[in-house]
Order: sequence, then structure tokens, then C-alpha cells
Amino acid sequence: MNSVDFYQLEKPILELKERIDKLEGSDDPRKKDKIQALREEISRLWEEIVPQLTAKHIVQLARHPQRPYTLDYIQALVEDFIELHGDRRFADDPAIVAGLGFYKGRTVAFIGHQKGRTTRERIARNFGQPNPEGYRKALRIMKLAEKFHFPVVTFIDTPGAYPGIGAEERGQAEAIATNLREIAKLKVPIVNIVIGEGGSGGALAIGVGDIMFMLEYSFYSVISPEGCAAILWKDQSAVDKAAENLKLTARDLLALGIIDKIIPEPPGGAHIDPEQTFRQVDRHLAPALKKLEEMPIEELLLARHRKFRKMGVFSLK
Amino acid sequence: MTNLWTRCNNCQRILYKQDIIDNLYVCPLCNFHFRVEARERVAMLLDPGSYTFIDENIYPEDPLGFEDSLPYSARLRENQEKTSLADAIISAVGTIGGIPVVMAVMEFNFMGGSMGSVVGEKVTRVAERALVEKIPLIIISCSGGARMQEGALSLMQLMKTSSALAKLDEAGIPYISILTDPTTGGVTASFAMLGDVNIAEPGALIGFAGPRVIEQTIKEKLPKGFQRAEFLLAHGMLDDVVHRKNLRSYLIRLLRLFLNRYEK
Ligand SMILES: [Zn+2]
Repeated sequence: MNSVDFYQLEKPILELKERIDKLEGSDDPRKKDKIQALREEISRLWEEIVPQLTAKHIVQLARHPQRPYTLDYIQALVEDFIELHGDRRFADDPAIVAGLGFYKGRTVAFIGHQKGRTTRERIARNFGQPNPEGYRKALRIMKLAEKFHFPVVTFIDTPGAYPGIGAEERGQAEAIATNLREIAKLKVPIVNIVIGEGGSGGALAIGVGDIMFMLEYSFYSVISPEGCAAILWKDQSAVDKAAENLKLTARDLLALGIIDKIIPEPPGGAHIDPEQTFRQVDRHLAPALKKLEEMPIEELLLARHRKFRKMGVFSLK
Repeated sequence: MTNLWTRCNNCQRILYKQDIIDNLYVCPLCNFHFRVEARERVAMLLDPGSYTFIDENIYPEDPLGFEDSLPYSARLRENQEKTSLADAIISAVGTIGGIPVVMAVMEFNFMGGSMGSVVGEKVTRVAERALVEKIPLIIISCSGGARMQEGALSLMQLMKTSSALAKLDEAGIPYISILTDPTTGGVTASFAMLGDVNIAEPGALIGFAGPRVIEQTIKEKLPKGFQRAEFLLAHGMLDDVVHRKNLRSYLIRLLRLFLNRYEK
């Protein structure tokens, strides 16, 4: 049996959020107090919803069409960002954005999956599903960062690498594999932040490094719950069960030792108060970069290697 | 049909089983390459009596408490009984044409050769062994991809194995990857595509996404031969497609070149 959708659950919150948005644009003299009261109401409602949240709800929240995307974070946190395009091999993949910008007064390379907001933009960005060119562009920018000693920050938000004919012809698997091997050797700090969907190998290819954060209501999975339900349960209505079994929430991944820390989201989720979400990300990202930049590079690479070396659960008999 | 006879999956002709076995599990009539069990692979390639199996004591766990129609722990037991292996991979050290190598071979009969923590650990260990002993590494892949029942832990094995291979890469230790039918998903997107030389057997299905997923996504019929070894060769993804009967001699010649070991 499937639980009610998250979009049902959040309806009263969205209504309050709409009232906040309206107030913000108004010249009501008491708007500050009114907004504050509405936010408190959202918090109260959210406290009732949180205990009911299932893994499937979190998957829906992570995919929420209003959720902030990579370029929203970059716009909020980065100064003088310049996007750099193309893999110098075949094409520019709009499903991954990459470039340089100032963060806390220092040049940093930013790379992230990018989804579209409007129908047209969604299609142009292939719903955030990269082709091999996207991964090769990401690697090119990582190497550029290495050459000029800039740390790398990545934002992860993809349903997965695109399953298409051209993607296979141009070596989707090779592109992902090469990124993983080259990330293992990259001589600059790498911070990864899962902001929405962490869809399998397509997420991993730009989603590993030295410190890995997940937003509270993002997920990271070896396969989509829909794909898993189709294969193992042979039943699309088993998505709830698949999501539950896959242990794909930020809390699950923290417990499994895969991620380093959870970045809390505002009541209602990132899309209800993007500004607060950006502040939370900022508050976690700045000290993480600082800590990594203070490490000698050999030590950093050794720590990176050890981090992945110990991942996995097995027994010796 | 008694179990002395079988039908070729490709040409559909009825064949005497022993004829296929004597022909390295290749159809003598149409050259179709049947899947080979992992232990059999080692015996076909390494010098007789030269090898010992290693890391046989590594067993899978059920860290997520995963349960679909069957609990994962029960599924593991079932597959362990079926294959008498601990998980979907075996590894060995030995010689090939007198050249010391370390080798890992995936077993498709064990949960479709899926990669969970044990496969990741054993691939990592053979890479580390090759690094320490400074001997070439050969991995024979045969896998449907990452193992869903171990969730994100399986996904992380892509990085774990790639990270281990990065060390070999830096040290200049040769790694030969052999892709057999089928090699898809997380295994292709990690160690299988990272060889200094990547070769495949004729007709092997190789890709990232499975053909069914692609068909459902693009809602088109796939071109003939799509994702087959010959298709990948034509698209520059493989160094060569090597017939099974030539595989051992190919590997010996290749390793001699990599090791700069001229012999006449
Ligand atoms: Zn045949």
C-alpha cells in the first residue's frame, strides 16, 4: 500500500508560504511581524508532519520542483561567478554547470548538476541527466582547479546519468569511471553537497571527494526507488517499500558512515525558505573548505583514499 | 533432451555438450561465446598448477536488512549454495605464460555478478596486491552492475575500486580489463573501463544503462548490435575484441610488451 504523497502533506505549508511571498512584496507596515508569525505557523505544522515522513516522502521532497538548484546556490553564495562551458571533445552539456567564482574572497571551482525550472529549460537541461560530455567537462574544470590550486565544490542533484544511445556511443561508463579515478588523485580539496537527488553513478561521478554533506531532505541511492521496485518487486506500486529498503536518506547515509554531515533544512524543506537554506549551506561549507585547505596535500590525498578504502560491510570467516 | 545435449543460444542448433566444453564454451558452429564460470576462467587462462585462490574468507553481510520477495540474507545463502562461492567474485595469484599476475574473475551465477561490499573489497585487494608485489593485474568482469540490496554501500564500491586502481595507475603497474557478457552498470562505470588495455569477448553486451532502460527512455527500437563488443570497438571504447580461443595467448603477448620482456 502506498502512503499519501508529500505534495498532499505540504499543502497547508505551501499556502502559508504563498502568504509570506505576497507580504514580502507588499508595503504592509506590519509585514515583518506578520511574516514572523506565518513562519512560526509553518514550524508548528512542520513539527506535526516530520514524524510521518517516509523514505518515499523524502524522495519527493528531494525532487520538489521548487527546490533550489545548483545555480541558485551559486548565485546566493558566490561572487563574480563565471560559467565555463564544454568538454573540448564533443559538446557542452547543460545538465552540468561548472565555473569559477569567489567564495569568501577566494577563487573556488564550482560544479553541479543543473535541472530546469520551466518546461523548456527542463528539456534543455535534460532533466539534470548528464551525457558523457557533462562528466568530461566536470573533469576538465577539476583539472583546471588543480592546476591553479583552487578547491572544488560540487552540488549533486540528478536522477542519474542519461540512458540514451548517444550517451552509450560516447562512453557514459568510461566517462564516469575516469572521473572516479581522477578524483582519487586530484591534488586540491573537494567538498560535495547533495542538494536534491543523488542518482547512482551519475551522481557519484561528480559526487565524491574529501568531505560530503547532504541536505536533510536529499537522498543518495544506488538506484531510483522506481527502478528498484520494477526490478526486485516487479511492481511499480512497491516504490514505498523500495525506498524504505534502500536506506537512501541523509540519516541512513550518515549512520552507514558514507557521508560526513547533514545540513539542516528549514521547516517545510529547502524550497519553503531558500535564504535560510543558503545560510545553512554557507555555515557548513566555509569551515569545511578552511579545514581542508590547511591540510598538506599528501595528507589530504591519503585521508581521501582511506575514507573510501574502508567503505563496505563484510565479514572475515 | 538429456543433459548430454544443449541448444546454442545463438544459432539454435542442438550441440553435444562436451564439444562445447572442449571448445572453451564456444559454439563450434557459430562462435557464440557461452558464459563461463569464474573458476573455469582461471583454469583456462593461468598456467596449470601455478595458481592459488586468495581472499576466500571474505563473506557478505546484510547491512541494510534488505528484504524484497526474500530477505537479502536468505538470497545470499541461496546463491552461496548454488555456486559454492562466498560472493560474486574470486581472485587468484599465479602465472600466465610464466609471468606472475594477480587475477580477479566475476561470477554471473551469483546474483547476476552484482557488486556489493565483497566484490568491492576483493577488487581493491587484488589491486593492492598487484601494487605491493609489482605484478600485473587482470580482472574479468561479468556483471549486471551494483547490488541493490546493499544500497549506497554498493554505489561507494565504484569509488573504492577506482581509488585503488588510481594507485596502480600512478605506480605504472599494468592492469588489463577483460569485459565479458554482460558487463553493465556500476562495474562498467568503475574498474571494468579503467584498464590500461580494455578488451572484450565477441558479442559481449557492454554498457552503462541496460538496453531495456534505454528503450523505455527513448521509446525507440535500438540499432542492431547496439552495446555489443564490436559496437564498442567501433566507437573507440575498447582496444580489441578477442576470441576466447586466442585470449590466453593474447594476454601473454600483451603482458610481455608491457613488461618489456622480449623473448625469442
Ligand atoms: Zn551456435
